[in-house]
Amino acid sequence: MADPKADQLGESVAKDPSMMTGAVPAKDWMDTPVEFKSGNYCYPAKQSMVEYHKFPNPREWAPEDDDWKLPENWQEIILNGMKERLDKFRSLKVFMDCCVRCGACADKCHFFLGTGDPKNMPVLRAELMRSVYRNDFTTAGKILGKMAGGRPMTVEVLKEWFMYYYQCTECRRCSVYCPYGIDTAEVTMMGRELLHLVGIGTNWILEPAANSNRTGNHMGLQPHTFKDNIGYLCDDVEEITGIKIEPTFNRKGAEILFITPSADVFAEPGIYTAMGYLLLFEHLGLDYTWSTYASEGGNFGLFTNNEMMKKLNAKQYAEAKRLGVKWILGGECGHMWRVIHQYMDTMNGPADFLEVPTSPITGTRFDNAAATKMVHISEFTADLIKNGKLKLDPSRNDHRTVTFHDSCNTARGMGLLDEPRYVINNVVNKFHEMPEATIREQTFCCGSGTGLNTGEIMELRMRAGLPRANAVKHVKERYDVDTLSCVCAIDRATLSALMEYWNPEVGVCGVSELVGNALIMDGEKERETDLRFTPLAGMEGDADV
Amino acid sequence: MYDMKKILPGLIIFAGLMTFPIWYNGGDAGTLPKPEKPSNAKECVRPTEYMRTSHMQLLNEFRDTVVRESERGAIKEAGGVTYDDKSLMLGCMKCHVSKKKFCDECHTYAAVKPYCWDCHIQPKETN
Amino acid sequence: MKVLYPFIAVLALVALAFVGVKAAGLQYLFGVVIPYMAFAMFLGGFIYKVLHWAKSPVPFRIPTTCGQANSLKFIEQNKLDCPSTFWGVTGRMLLEVFLFRSLFRNSKAEVHDGPKLVYGSSKYLWLFGLIFHYTFLVIVIRHMRLFVGHVPDFLHAIEAGDALFQVGAPLLYQSDLIILLAVGFLFLRRLINANVRYISLPADYFPLFLIFAIAVTGILMRYFLRVDIINIKQLAVGLATFSPVLHGEIGSIFYIHIFLVCALMAYFPFSKLMHMGGVWMSPTRNMANNSRMVRHINPWNDPNIKPHSYADYEDEFREFMTDANIPVEKE
Repeated sequence: MADPKADQLGESVAKDPSMMTGAVPAKDWMDTPVEFKSGNYCYPAKQSMVEYHKFPNPREWAPEDDDWKLPENWQEIILNGMKERLDKFRSLKVFMDCCVRCGACADKCHFFLGTGDPKNMPVLRAELMRSVYRNDFTTAGKILGKMAGGRPMTVEVLKEWFMYYYQCTECRRCSVYCPYGIDTAEVTMMGRELLHLVGIGTNWILEPAANSNRTGNHMGLQPHTFKDNIGYLCDDVEEITGIKIEPTFNRKGAEILFITPSADVFAEPGIYTAMGYLLLFEHLGLDYTWSTYASEGGNFGLFTNNEMMKKLNAKQYAEAKRLGVKWILGGECGHMWRVIHQYMDTMNGPADFLEVPTSPITGTRFDNAAATKMVHISEFTADLIKNGKLKLDPSRNDHRTVTFHDSCNTARGMGLLDEPRYVINNVVNKFHEMPEATIREQTFCCGSGTGLNTGEIMELRMRAGLPRANAVKHVKERYDVDTLSCVCAIDRATLSALMEYWNPEVGVCGVSELVGNALIMDGEKERETDLRFTPLAGMEGDADV
Repeated sequence: MYDMKKILPGLIIFAGLMTFPIWYNGGDAGTLPKPEKPSNAKECVRPTEYMRTSHMQLLNEFRDTVVRESERGAIKEAGGVTYDDKSLMLGCMKCHVSKKKFCDECHTYAAVKPYCWDCHIQPKETN
Repeated sequence: MKVLYPFIAVLALVALAFVGVKAAGLQYLFGVVIPYMAFAMFLGGFIYKVLHWAKSPVPFRIPTTCGQANSLKFIEQNKLDCPSTFWGVTGRMLLEVFLFRSLFRNSKAEVHDGPKLVYGSSKYLWLFGLIFHYTFLVIVIRHMRLFVGHVPDFLHAIEAGDALFQVGAPLLYQSDLIILLAVGFLFLRRLINANVRYISLPADYFPLFLIFAIAVTGILMRYFLRVDIINIKQLAVGLATFSPVLHGEIGSIFYIHIFLVCALMAYFPFSKLMHMGGVWMSPTRNMANNSRMVRHINPWNDPNIKPHSYADYEDEFREFMTDANIPVEKE
């Protein structure tokens, strides 16, 4: 099925009958089964991937088939799994019990805004599980059944879970507005964990997770390739700036271990962000090393289950310990930072073999990372700028008018809002914020996080990304914004596709790319282009590329 | 992490608030009101049951008709006596002579503060 | 059906109390036995439920950060929406519990041609929610005058405040009118707002009808079908001192009123009304955003989960690494 064009889809969002356009389905949601058709689901995980992770029930299966080849006692597995998780996660227990269905969350979800599908209202997404919870775990539900809002765990329910727990990017926007802080991300995470228990998962998550486990990164780059890729970036940096950078890999005794999502060293436009890191560290003469073993900042375990999250994340401390570094510096990434900020130390700490991070350049102690001992590149850079340690020429970003997209994870799972803005304001002259309801803690997801950045659900992604794209369009029309900056590797990939679809004139970049453009390196040649070989403002005629 | 150090005190405070009347009373139910009965009459202008539940509505009616519509006049004949003043002070209190021993008894018990005495001057109690 | 069944259920409760008292003469059952049982269920059930939640640990520190975190010195932290200390969390929780901070953020999204999404402020739910809860609180508190033998000043003050305008006799409580208005709003919103109607369950309408019926019977009793307050207080204080006496006649309306209240109390711990306890227990609100500063302990953290080891990694890729001049442990 060909994906619709932007104007068709736009027409459909605004006009086709949906809950967003005022059409209410005649049937109750409990009586509306899901229908899988090409384009509305992610491809299931290949048997080999399920086997690699030693997950249950590896087999080839298709969502469109009636028979999902579930284990015979699958209901028992799911219900036991629910019980286990209710006992392990207070969040799940409280969130199953105390929703009043006030509906404040309903129109906060980007999936609902883009699809108008009632089951994309966060409250109903949670009710998909809550109805089963009530039926099997509460007295009222056991007695009153449907009257108490309960329903038995059937194959139809299970299919519904697969559909809608993979139409949630765990972005937590709903949780901001919920009077009880109910976080659908928690419910979605549990839903996905439960689905894995009976062998239901998506390939776009399990394959990168497998790669990350074996080769160290999602892309499956082997150590030499990883090094080579960074080498190519250094070649480009040299061509643009005249500065030759020779980063080190797996070097014992370095002061700092640097970890960033592998997409930054492999794919556009992340590579320009990586060039920014390289320039920054060179500018400072930082004693740091890359690692090929822990060459992935991202963690698809977060999208799978907590055991996998822990296993994949554990490499970062293991490598820091092996190399004997003092602390870890992390690159720009959203979900990577959710894991680092809210899970890492709990899962794999205490990091007592590391020191409290202290910037070797400014002497600033990062007390906010005193236990986890990992610092965000924006925190690190903002501190450098504040202390006047960077020579910057923001006019080298004058060929761009920039806005900033807060990633859901760094915004709502970490509170990193003003550090990147501080950096941007010092390296960019033309910066404009998107509307208030779409930034900071109210930011909209790119629409394709949590492993939904896969081609087979393009229409869904473009719908889910519409709220973000719409806000960008607003500043594009108002201020001629042509650059959407962010501090997230998934964003850099997904927003590029989203912009190409909805706002073709807007490009996507990492904040460190803008830093790299503005940095005045010692002994550099006069720059004619930015890190993308795009002529700088005023240099358009002189560029020889 | 269980946070029992915060949850248990929270529950104790909750239980304390919810059981406020129990521990505040401490088993003391207070004294039941014993309004003094008039010595000069056996029957009121309305049946006792009505007066117990609804005297305030009657008084309110008196006030409205007398003050706002200037309609005084007989209330009722009862037990051979004609009560002819729609008046608290000049009617009711002819028999129920003591505010303290009659009105206040129940009002204090039920924690009611009628606003009669916002305008009326309280009668001097004899004892 | 979702609306009708709970409505019928509340009517049935009313009828049950009326028949029980009027026809069967079960005053003692409805006036003494059921209130004790209902209160025990409420208090016991509430505590049980909270402890039931508390039995599950909070394995990870997952506050929803709604503002700038504690970071570099020159970056101003939003200490209430993104607290990093005990006192910050306390402030956030107080705002949440007493002023419904999160609901105050509520907005309404619309899609227009273009497509163009617009977000407007929408504070009605916050306003009426707040009014409803505070009015309910005032009503509960001022009922305490009937349960305590010697009424303390603060109860007098609250009552006087509630009857501020001195309308009629008995004095009109503005809370009586406001709660009908607020419950009416919450009900109509549930019915009229398409999103909310679609997500509503019978369990959402039932408490609204129940509370509305409680308010109506209370209002009837106070202003229209008068009852002997002295007898009622004698019973109420008797209940609170464990020496209940049923003295004299009390109208059926009273028994209907308290039976509905009993139904609400007994229903409370098993229903969504437990959001009263839940709001305090929500890990996204009641935790400090200091997880990189202070290690949070997960009691079921599994030490046996290890990463794919470096040794295995090097074993697989040693040749490539050596060729690429990447240092290795074993040559």
